[in-house]
Amino acid sequence: MKQAAQPARSCGDAPLTKRSSAPRKRSLGAFAAMLLVCAPLLTAASESPPAPAISPPAAAAPPDDGQWTMPAKNYASTRYSELAEINEGNVKNLQVAFTFSTGVNKGQEAAPLVVGSTMYIVSPFPNTVYALDLSKSGAPMKWKYEPNPEPAAQGVACCDVVNRGAAFANGRIFFNTLDGHTIALDANTGQPVWNAHVGNINIGETITMAPLVVKGKVLVGNSGGEMGVRGWVKALDAGDGHVVWTAYNTGPDKEVLIGPDFKPHYDTDKGKDLGVSTWPPEAWKIGGGNMWGWISYDPDLNLIFHGTGNPGPWNPDLRPGDNKWTSGIFARDPDTGAAKWFYQWTPHDLHDYDGINEQILLDMNWQGKPRKVLVRPERNGYLYVLDRTTGEVLSAKPYGPVNSSKGVDLKTGRLIENPDKLTGTGKVVRDICPTASGLKDWQPSAFSPKTGLLYIPHNNLCMDEEGVEVNYIAGTPYVGMNVRMIPGPGGNRGAFTAWDIAAEKPTWSLKENFPVWSGAVVTAGDVVFYGTMEGWFKAVSAKTGDLLWQFKTSSGIIGQPITYRGPDGHQYVAVLSGVGGWAGAIVSGDLDPRDATAALGFVNAMKDLKNATTAGGTLYVFRLP
Amino acid sequence: MRCAVAVLFPVVLMLVACQREERDTRPQSALGSGEQPTPVTTLEPGGQRPSPTDNKAASFEANAFHLSEGKRLFGWFNCSGCHANGGGGMGPALMDEKWIYGSSMESIHATIRDGRPNGMPSFRDKIPDDQIWELAAFVRSLSGNAPSSAAPSRNDDMMAHPSENRMPNAATLGKSP
Ligand code: HEC
Repeated sequence: MKQAAQPARSCGDAPLTKRSSAPRKRSLGAFAAMLLVCAPLLTAASESPPAPAISPPAAAAPPDDGQWTMPAKNYASTRYSELAEINEGNVKNLQVAFTFSTGVNKGQEAAPLVVGSTMYIVSPFPNTVYALDLSKSGAPMKWKYEPNPEPAAQGVACCDVVNRGAAFANGRIFFNTLDGHTIALDANTGQPVWNAHVGNINIGETITMAPLVVKGKVLVGNSGGEMGVRGWVKALDAGDGHVVWTAYNTGPDKEVLIGPDFKPHYDTDKGKDLGVSTWPPEAWKIGGGNMWGWISYDPDLNLIFHGTGNPGPWNPDLRPGDNKWTSGIFARDPDTGAAKWFYQWTPHDLHDYDGINEQILLDMNWQGKPRKVLVRPERNGYLYVLDRTTGEVLSAKPYGPVNSSKGVDLKTGRLIENPDKLTGTGKVVRDICPTASGLKDWQPSAFSPKTGLLYIPHNNLCMDEEGVEVNYIAGTPYVGMNVRMIPGPGGNRGAFTAWDIAAEKPTWSLKENFPVWSGAVVTAGDVVFYGTMEGWFKAVSAKTGDLLWQFKTSSGIIGQPITYRGPDGHQYVAVLSGVGGWAGAIVSGDLDPRDATAALGFVNAMKDLKNATTAGGTLYVFRLP
Repeated sequence: MRCAVAVLFPVVLMLVACQREERDTRPQSALGSGEQPTPVTTLEPGGQRPSPTDNKAASFEANAFHLSEGKRLFGWFNCSGCHANGGGGMGPALMDEKWIYGSSMESIHATIRDGRPNGMPSFRDKIPDDQIWELAAFVRSLSGNAPSSAAPSRNDDMMAHPSENRMPNAATLGKSP
């Protein structure tokens, strides 16, 4: 309890301390790390400039071409742009270049893509794809594609009918529809090339994630952790859409694609068919572990990394056991899907801690040794640094208030549960931090190799939980938990934290009234962009967190900002405005704030959002005058 | 005269109480009732004609047993998974004054039985007809549309909102706070 509460408090106080002790300590730490890196370099090749202390592997983060072809920017998922025309000094002059309505009043979580002189956006349900011609004044529409998904899919999407974006590869745009289709479009014409039906709404399956294209395969995962849907990741052939492999996240080894190559670091992940034996009989078939978040790819290791969602139902009494392979992370061979290693962030999850957040691939010196790491700001509240070749946990420090657990045992890798916060049937447990939505949910962070900092948009919420009995009826929710969320310590429901990965602590943290449900992007101009649920689009200094510029958009922002070089050679910044998502469902779904448990308890913490913003999807693009 | 009132009053009370407490524990049919038309619009060329009511509607709505059964079934059939405790989530709020498909017992019965296009599943083959009426009656109580003498008065669970027998009528309440 103490161990977890300590860094939590300092994190909440960070805005006060940000210009005093923290940066000084950080630069010392960075200096030490630089020395360690530079020492061998100086003797070897003195002419080459010193490599940054922490940087993504070159193969996963190639030199910036000014485009934005996948939501995470690159396979390392840095969301870092080398463009520097917009910088700390001039960002205050940003102006609107053009806007565009997506025509949908639901949560806009997608990242726009920019390929050549075209921008692509995909809307929430009904998942319309628009191509905008950036070479012409006002960016007129080049084409649009309407996939016409099943309207009934809206009823089985747990937390608003969002879509997290498309991906571009080889002249094609790949995206998913809420009703479980993966579609490839010709990027020039918008004509469909193939349409693969991979999800079934009648068992509660939807798709909200952005696909990732790796080695001619489109990687897709399903949503439905609140509907008792068994999680999977599929690789579809980018050429014709046929399924190359399917890896389930629960069940027997052969369906999880666990074979002789599987070498997990920790003993608790070793054994036969743990995806069956760590569940009550048959429960793994309706046990969740969905993959609706982010995938990263390391071309050097030929490994993809993806998380797994919460086990179902939320009420843990119905599923004694570790519930493999939910709330964890897999490393897999992208060619075959074969699992290489696994690590479980939250064994036998008690609080809906999905493990599907973004993973940033970095190379750095860890305690004097060069390590290939994977950095994950996890839903359970810890900032994990893993060795991505083995799955070994190098560090796990809370980046905000955490009391549901007491830390991570670095010997066994196991999360240490707090016995005071165990949930179960007929029991109300109060003040659990973080909430079911986590210290951070899907909203992706950004990493700058210039500062060595990870910029984390996140929540600051706690909750009361009461386990209730629940029946499994296919296609309906399988949750079994009454939840009521409240603001976390300090009263600010959101925060934007710059985390020093090497020093394992925050450098600065900004308080926000509402959860920061938008993504982040950071640039070589040392500017970080993110949005708030009131609708402010903000630029802050990557070094200090000082607010440099802000613009009030028409609705709350929960989208992923991007930056690109336009056909005119100048740098632009783009973001979708349009409130919704789980946090904003009270507005986009017009929910009733008198029910504390509405939207799985999120409404209780967001009662005033209806007075702060209204729904409506609009693209905003900014540039310097 | 005064004497007659004094005699009649308890009788009236008893009658009301009777209806509140009546228990129809052996439902007649698994399927069947509620076949009357249930328009989902008030717009009818030339003016609205009253739509027929189902005689089950009235008997279920004022009955405490049916309402509390409806409340139990609302959790049992996972209605609460999509509509929470009335405030909504995956499905719309049911405790407010806004109705997409109509607020009458007959409309709500049809909604549950046949489903609705934007994601309300059809429970036709899952829930016996009388229990659908119980659910419909409970749904109406969430927006203060059931007699407070019959509506459920407390939760055994975490109180998500004031009990149904204290819910103000959403329609007359106007905007929800
Ligand atoms: C899988 C999610 C889901 C489940 C389970 C579910 N509903 Fe719904 N419900 C919805 C959605 C979505 C709508 C809106 C449909 C539309 O707009 O076409 C809806 C609509 C309704 C409406 C109409 C509201 C109006 O404004 O007209 C009622 C009444 C209702 N549901 C009651 C129930 C009851 C009772 C149950 C349990 C038997 C239930 N629902 C189970 C998702 C669900």
